[in-house]
Amino acid sequence: MINKLFQRREAPLLIILAALVTIVCLLQPRFLSPGNLQSVLLWLPLLIIVALGEMAVILTRGIDVSVGSILGLSGMMTAMALRDYPELNIYVAALLATGIGAFLGAINGGLIAGAGTPPIVATLATLGIYRGLTFVVSSGKQVDDYQLPRNLARWSIDGPFGLSIPPYVVWIALIVAAAMHLFLTYSRTGRDWYAIGGEPDGASDRGVPVRLQTFCAYVLSGAGAGLAGLLYASRFGTVNPASIGNGFELLAIAAVVIGGTSIFGGSGTIAGVLLGCLLLGVINVALAVLNIAETWQSAVYGAVILMALLTDDAARRRLMKGARHK
Amino acid sequence: MISSRIRRLWNAYAPEIVVTILLILAFVISGWREPRFLDAAYLFDRSTLYTEIGLLTLSMTLIIVAGHIDLSVTSIIAFVGAIIATLYSRYGIPFWLLIPLAPVFGGFLGAVNGYFVARRNLPSLVVTLATMALYRGMAQILLGDSSLMTPPDYTGIERVTLPHTYLHTPLVIWITLCLVFAALLHRTVFGRYITVTGVNPEAALYSGVPVAQTLIRLFTLSGAMAGVCSVLLLSRLGVARYDHARGWELDVITAVVLGGTSIFGGRGTIYGSVVAFLLITIVQTGMGVAGVKAEIQVTAIGLLLLLAVLLSRLTTGRK
Amino acid sequence: MKKLRFFLMAFGASLTLLAGCKPDTPPASPTATSATPPTTATEAGTTTATTSAPAGKVRVVYIPKNTGNPYFDGVVKGFEQASKEIDIDFSTTAPAQPDPTAQISFIKDEIQRGANVICITPNSVDALNSVFDDARAKGVKILTVNADLTGNESHRDGAILPTDFDKLGANQIELIGSLMKYTGKFAILSATADAPDQNFWIKGMKEALKDPKYAKMELVGIVYGDDKDQKSVTEAEGLLTKYPDLKGILAPTSVGVAAVAKVVESRKVADKVIVTGLGTPNTMRRYLKDGIIPAVALWSPPEMGYIAAYASFGMSKGDVKMTPDASFKTGKMGSRIVGKNGVVIAGPPLVFTKDNVDKYDF
Repeated sequence: MINKLFQRREAPLLIILAALVTIVCLLQPRFLSPGNLQSVLLWLPLLIIVALGEMAVILTRGIDVSVGSILGLSGMMTAMALRDYPELNIYVAALLATGIGAFLGAINGGLIAGAGTPPIVATLATLGIYRGLTFVVSSGKQVDDYQLPRNLARWSIDGPFGLSIPPYVVWIALIVAAAMHLFLTYSRTGRDWYAIGGEPDGASDRGVPVRLQTFCAYVLSGAGAGLAGLLYASRFGTVNPASIGNGFELLAIAAVVIGGTSIFGGSGTIAGVLLGCLLLGVINVALAVLNIAETWQSAVYGAVILMALLTDDAARRRLMKGARHK
Repeated sequence: MISSRIRRLWNAYAPEIVVTILLILAFVISGWREPRFLDAAYLFDRSTLYTEIGLLTLSMTLIIVAGHIDLSVTSIIAFVGAIIATLYSRYGIPFWLLIPLAPVFGGFLGAVNGYFVARRNLPSLVVTLATMALYRGMAQILLGDSSLMTPPDYTGIERVTLPHTYLHTPLVIWITLCLVFAALLHRTVFGRYITVTGVNPEAALYSGVPVAQTLIRLFTLSGAMAGVCSVLLLSRLGVARYDHARGWELDVITAVVLGGTSIFGGRGTIYGSVVAFLLITIVQTGMGVAGVKAEIQVTAIGLLLLLAVLLSRLTTGRK
Repeated sequence: MKKLRFFLMAFGASLTLLAGCKPDTPPASPTATSATPPTTATEAGTTTATTSAPAGKVRVVYIPKNTGNPYFDGVVKGFEQASKEIDIDFSTTAPAQPDPTAQISFIKDEIQRGANVICITPNSVDALNSVFDDARAKGVKILTVNADLTGNESHRDGAILPTDFDKLGANQIELIGSLMKYTGKFAILSATADAPDQNFWIKGMKEALKDPKYAKMELVGIVYGDDKDQKSVTEAEGLLTKYPDLKGILAPTSVGVAAVAKVVESRKVADKVIVTGLGTPNTMRRYLKDGIIPAVALWSPPEMGYIAAYASFGMSKGDVKMTPDASFKTGKMGSRIVGKNGVVIAGPPLVFTKDNVDKYDF
């Protein structure tokens, strides 16, 4: 049983994570205090939801660098809707945010699967276009905390059953992750994504509707980023056109790839992506609670990621020794 | 006969032809809408702002043709700048001695990327994402929140022009390196290796291409170019800070893919990247002098990228 | 195919070389072309439609740190108000991100577009020196607004500062001190580690803390939120974890203070940790009214913009010299005296509480 666990792809990552948490706890015992655990938990939901969509795209051997801008545009539009129509139900707002994101993702999907544009080119273009539109729809004005409904902010403060840990946003992220896991395992679309990424030409020969399923991956990625836009408004209160989601794409891609999803498509697990997100969350929160001088933070961050990659790679090679011929 | 030749030319070089036409159009439209655009002194002076991006476009083209990516170059610029400025102002090493060392430092940092990518088989996207933070962070450790001045007689290289022309020194360097890189990619064995590696690394390996060695050299070259950019930027700004050149990597990649280099590797020309870079420069200058808002400029560059790609894709028979 | 590729290469090279050669006839100079009737800008640039100012009007442009920052919208309001009273043609433009070198191309473009005065909130105290020198060589006045080029004052013509920066640090310490009843541990959450203004104020704060009045207060740490939502929130939470007995957080940056308020609200420690700093009334309104934070300070950005507009107009006409002890009139704000280094100070900071916050809208 334990043996089997260690043969899993995620095992090395889990060990790295455990080692990292141990080191941080030795240096700062309060890292495991309830308040701080909440910090770690609250760091995750946005990243998890965006990373899961990004993972779907990467599985198909694509990439979506526009997720940060989709998060921004959908978050801004939804926040403006909530500001201008205070009677709007926030669950409807969540649907709206997801819908806007899915629509923006569908544009990406159309360009890529329909018109045959390379994924990075199409999404690099929409990265700029969606960010520009965020300024246009908002006239460059931010939506302030007092203009948003209180129960939206409460999503990031309170949890179900009167518990405050973990808050609703974390549950939302976990539900999305579970749904995504089921989707990847049992739906035709999910399995097709692996097939497309594994061997794009072969997949189409075996009757996989490559274009349609690729399109779906981008719609899903957009929908995830869209929902994350509303969660951003919940978590940070102010929605600013320049800062919302800016640079988020690199973070999401890092989480997916650290989580063991192959950047060349075809392989990857939800558990891995969750661990990748958790690793990034732990590193970021740890940098804030350890007394690391500001000037050292970026270097330490880069070094830890590089070390995680190397250790993960080395561990995997050892596990697969013999099974792999080079 | 002639039409079939044109057809073949179009099929092979559609992206290059499209960006060339767009460049001419952009120039004509900018000049027509905004007469103040047509001022050679202004155009050449302003284009010096993009020198470093233009230089990085060249080396990034090779990296992407080889099927890889290097996000760390802009951090290398900041780090090498920080090293040089520190050696000069804190240790009193003469500046002229440090200038030739800049590409060496940069090359070393690039080689580190190359080692992880080629010898450890890690995806270049993630490796350079990590070293992007690492190198930027090391620059920050060196400089903290201070900025170090370069010697006064070294600043302002961009104001020196070639006699009787508007060619500022950085542009001369850029044009020379354009020719060098074009020859390197299209005329040498190394260039062949890069292309073959980009088409299919495994096949390249089995047909005797030293893939790992090629990749290490390539990333070293990319780092060395960033080193060159670093001394140019130091001269242009007169100061070294850890946060200089941040975020330019996306501009560089945009220029390369706009010029028709395939992000999957194996296809790309220096000509395409050069014209695409000029196109972006001209469009930004034209919009800038017309007073177009920054966020509209960002949107316009995105639309331009889509337009160029769709035009060349929808009109060629390629799948 | 090989030949073709080489041809393309050579064609490209010759094209660039050709373009670089100086033509025999002198190129169209900006002054020559501006004599042509004004044309409207491209469709995309609908917001700034004029190409050349009518004779007599002073063309003033304001370049804030970046677009979409509500703080600078307040400054722009002040400029706009003044432009209704005096003969200036005002416009504003800014880069999308507050990068140190991102403003350079905007300055070059505005020189080419014929600006008489460029007002700017610089993103860097030194990276813009050479472009400022270029501008001034062409007769364009450079006025920094909201921040100064500390250590590089010779590269600009004057500066309008929102308040007396020498006193701001002490002012902020007194604010948090009075709220904390002058006892307990507190921390500072600043913008970026290299933000020149914040660093200057923090120096002033440390100086002020030497006063025996603050003997029972202890500054335990300074962290940096980089003026980004995520980083500011994470750093603020880190402070609460590191110092469980923390009694106050001082955040002299508008993004930072909002993030800290959000954190003490979600951690439910608003009754234990006093939060204050510099923030705009609009962003802080709800936190003040809900009692999450007791007070927050800021000067009036519109007032500063208004004064900057009058100074620009006067400088361009030659009536105002930004030399120490000179003075100039500023419409309804009365007259202002130029201090050392050509600095003009707009006014003292205001303190916003739940009782007065609704009187302000910026």
